[in-house]
Amino acid sequence: MLGLNKSDFKLFLIVCLLALAAPILLNPFPTDSALGQSFNAGYPALMQRFVIFGILVIGFNILFGLTGYLSFGHAAFLGVGSYAAVWMFKLLSYNVVPAILLSVVVAGVFSVVIGYVSLRRSGIYFSILTLAFAQMSYQLAYSVLTPITNGETGLQVYNNDPQILMRAGDPTVPHLFGWRMNDKTELSMGGWNFVFENGYYLAAIFMIISFYLAIRIFRSPFGMMLRAIKSNQTRMSYTGLNTKPYMLAAFVISGMYAGLAGGLLAAMDPLTGAERMFWTASGEIVVMAILGGVGTLIGPVLGAGLIKYLENIVSKINDSILHSWFAFMPDWLDNLLVGIIHPFIGKGWHLTLGLLFMAVVIFLPGGLVQGGQKIGALFNRKKKSDAADGATKPAE
Amino acid sequence: MDAFLLQILNGLDKGAAYALIALGLTLIFGTLGVVNFAHGALFMIGAFCAVTLQRILSFSFTTIDETRTDFLGNPLKVQTPYVESWFGPELGAAIQDWSVPLAILMVIPVMFLFGWIMERGLIKHFYTRPHADQILVTFGLAIVIGELIKYFFGANPIQTPAPQMFLGTIDVGSWLGFDRGAVAYPMWRLVYFMFSLLIIAAVFAFLQFTTFGMVVRAGMADRETVGLLGIDIDKRFTFMFGLAAAVAGMAGVMYTPILSPHYNIGMDFLVLSFVVVVVGGMGSLPGAVLAGFLLGILQSFASMNEVKALIPGIDQIIIYLIAIIILLTRPRGLMGRKGVMEN
Amino acid sequence: MGILEVKGVNKRFGGLQALGNVNLSVAENTVHAIIGPNGAGKSTLLNVLVGKLIPDSGSVMFDGQSVLGRKPHEINQMGISRVFQTPEIFSDLTVFENVMIPCFAKRDGAFRMHALESVFHEKDIKAQAEAMLADVNMLEKSHMVASSLSRGDKRRLEMAMCLVQDPKLLLLDEPTAGMARADTENTIALLKEIRTKRGITMAIIEHDMNVVFSLAERITVLAQGTPLVEDTPENIKGHPKVREAYLGEAQV
Repeated sequence: MLGLNKSDFKLFLIVCLLALAAPILLNPFPTDSALGQSFNAGYPALMQRFVIFGILVIGFNILFGLTGYLSFGHAAFLGVGSYAAVWMFKLLSYNVVPAILLSVVVAGVFSVVIGYVSLRRSGIYFSILTLAFAQMSYQLAYSVLTPITNGETGLQVYNNDPQILMRAGDPTVPHLFGWRMNDKTELSMGGWNFVFENGYYLAAIFMIISFYLAIRIFRSPFGMMLRAIKSNQTRMSYTGLNTKPYMLAAFVISGMYAGLAGGLLAAMDPLTGAERMFWTASGEIVVMAILGGVGTLIGPVLGAGLIKYLENIVSKINDSILHSWFAFMPDWLDNLLVGIIHPFIGKGWHLTLGLLFMAVVIFLPGGLVQGGQKIGALFNRKKKSDAADGATKPAE
Repeated sequence: MDAFLLQILNGLDKGAAYALIALGLTLIFGTLGVVNFAHGALFMIGAFCAVTLQRILSFSFTTIDETRTDFLGNPLKVQTPYVESWFGPELGAAIQDWSVPLAILMVIPVMFLFGWIMERGLIKHFYTRPHADQILVTFGLAIVIGELIKYFFGANPIQTPAPQMFLGTIDVGSWLGFDRGAVAYPMWRLVYFMFSLLIIAAVFAFLQFTTFGMVVRAGMADRETVGLLGIDIDKRFTFMFGLAAAVAGMAGVMYTPILSPHYNIGMDFLVLSFVVVVVGGMGSLPGAVLAGFLLGILQSFASMNEVKALIPGIDQIIIYLIAIIILLTRPRGLMGRKGVMEN
Repeated sequence: MGILEVKGVNKRFGGLQALGNVNLSVAENTVHAIIGPNGAGKSTLLNVLVGKLIPDSGSVMFDGQSVLGRKPHEINQMGISRVFQTPEIFSDLTVFENVMIPCFAKRDGAFRMHALESVFHEKDIKAQAEAMLADVNMLEKSHMVASSLSRGDKRRLEMAMCLVQDPKLLLLDEPTAGMARADTENTIALLKEIRTKRGITMAIIEHDMNVVFSLAERITVLAQGTPLVEDTPENIKGHPKVREAYLGEAQV
């Protein structure tokens, strides 16, 4: 179906279903309950982040997962994409189509330049170079490029911007030919309140398309070549293949994915700043990919969702919420626990992220997908030993 | 000409900091084969050792002076630092004044221990893992260290002044026959430069003239063979990690009067130091030092107003530009050897 | 006129004359071995043949074109396939994919995107790879990951990857170096089989006399960077100059 084999198509359908039904699935608890307040994730602002960062990490995984080249500067493409989109809003109109198109194109061009230089070296040199480029972009955005980036204030749309394609009566928020991004339909059922927002659905559809394209790339001869590069560059070139254009193509594709994500972020909320290009942002992309499972199809989506979900929960929790959780304990234990947890919550999210980062690399280098497979294999073995006399099926 | 000299001088202290961090990075690559993205964080921990010592030294107890009153008419509360009550007001004040240089005494054992624990507890388990994993785990560690520092010391830069006697400037120009006051150079920067030269010389002497250093150099050239000689290379490498951490820490301590430490300086310096290592040539100790000073001086030239007027923003990106040019023309860096970290 | 023509190649490293006036002609449809004691300049010559080293003077022509200074993938596209001392394969990929990649390279050249086609819809490529694997008796292993193969099978796979491109010249770099006796025998048998089945031109650079004499149809003896003699194996065996060059090593 759609050029996918059976199991890929199943995976694709699952992702489609999850993305489209997310406003319902992510609200398991009644909206006003305590659990719902803390753990529900089905509201637009957060779901947008799930899918947009999903796109970003799917793209990152095309580079890192397939070729093994670890880019530490991917946030730069995200930032560039956002700037391009906001400029389109400023110059043309709030229509998201030119904004998203330009963000992809600009990020693509930017990644051709950075990729051309960085890909001259491999291994850690490549990681260092991409990190340096991202830091350079970040610093330029804060200094000389202030006329373009609006420096520390951040870039946003002002009333006196040209917006030459803007006609009277056009919405003054990002829209798709009049279909406003922030319009939503609400549905109340019992204690549940489901919100379906236009912006989320636009981003979700882009995520589904991105995911589909990623599957096709993974299963294509091009994807196979990229895996071959990761496996053995010497044999690759003595097989008559030029590794450079393959690498550059992968780098640019993944840069364009990041640009798309940046454009969508701006389309959801038409302002942006240089902090999107900071090294912690690049680091976060890497954690998402690793946590989910590098080189797997579904891993990046899982990783992005999980990190953004944790970020949301962890930053929402404060001491008084903790005290209410531990209320059943004796006071001294309650205070002690809250004292220990305090640095990791609220504004301490980055600390938690750093620890999570280390924990995943140390204990689960294959990410959640591999972890899941291991657990699955454990159960299978158990089943097999239960039915030891049954004929064992040859592996595939 | 005098402006020229001043820029060279201005570049020296920054270059010295780059060189010291790059030296530590190169030692760790060369000996352990590990890419340490947390090395900037070690520099930062050193800097915050100075902050900590400054705080410790200003711990005070409060006494009530009945003879004087504050503006509300209550008896005046007087804060007396413990050091002043222990060593007498004069010596106590001097000790506080000298907190940054004194912090060196504290930073050497602290950083050495930190490096030791880091190598034994974390890095050791990553020798056989791919470079990407090493980068990632140390990168995570750098985030954790940075955030912990932010948690304990806040996000704002903390002033840590140099001792009073080094606060002035030296008229370097008048020594060399320029006009009086044309080349005024802050005294502490000169101290920093001298200090780093001393450390660099000490590290090179250590590697050159001790048997321990000889084994380490041999190990950098060919790890397996040295292992076969029956020398416990691992223990020595652990020591090298501690040493590299101590060098980074000392570089950080002494840099605090020049740049007030905050929780992000670790990564700022790390990125630049990595560029320095790449420019100097991966695995080459002299290359790291040379490139450190070179880039420091070039950066200081690029921040001259005349240059900035010519090419705006050049001061922000000069180092990266140089790195790109070097990589495109001499892919192995200025003094790099073939086959280092090239998989 | 041979398919590979080396003319007047000189290469110095500092004071050392690594190659001195090397002339060599590999005729089409023969197995030509280049032998010589250690330090005779075999690896330097190999590096010149694959474009890695540029000689100080002289020319290396393959099929009428110069190979000097070309990148590995260009040399392969000209029709030279290379077999390494230790098998170089894509160890993370399946055996089948390992063989498909050279098929793509043969058909599409050094680079083609086709990022949205499916590998397994490429009927002709699949058929080629299957036929090749059947030819080397590895069809039943085609879904194994290459790193899990035995050493002998890895060598077999590498050969398959080279042969599937139908090269004009197969360049072998000490294919039995460091192998156990049995492995060496297997490799010789495999090469003989390829030779008789496909009539392919081979250039073997080898240290081991045993391998050379059981395979080669023409032999060039290299000593101190210069070709000593070039002749058939029968004539080489008794040649006094060769004995001299190998003195002390021949009995090994």
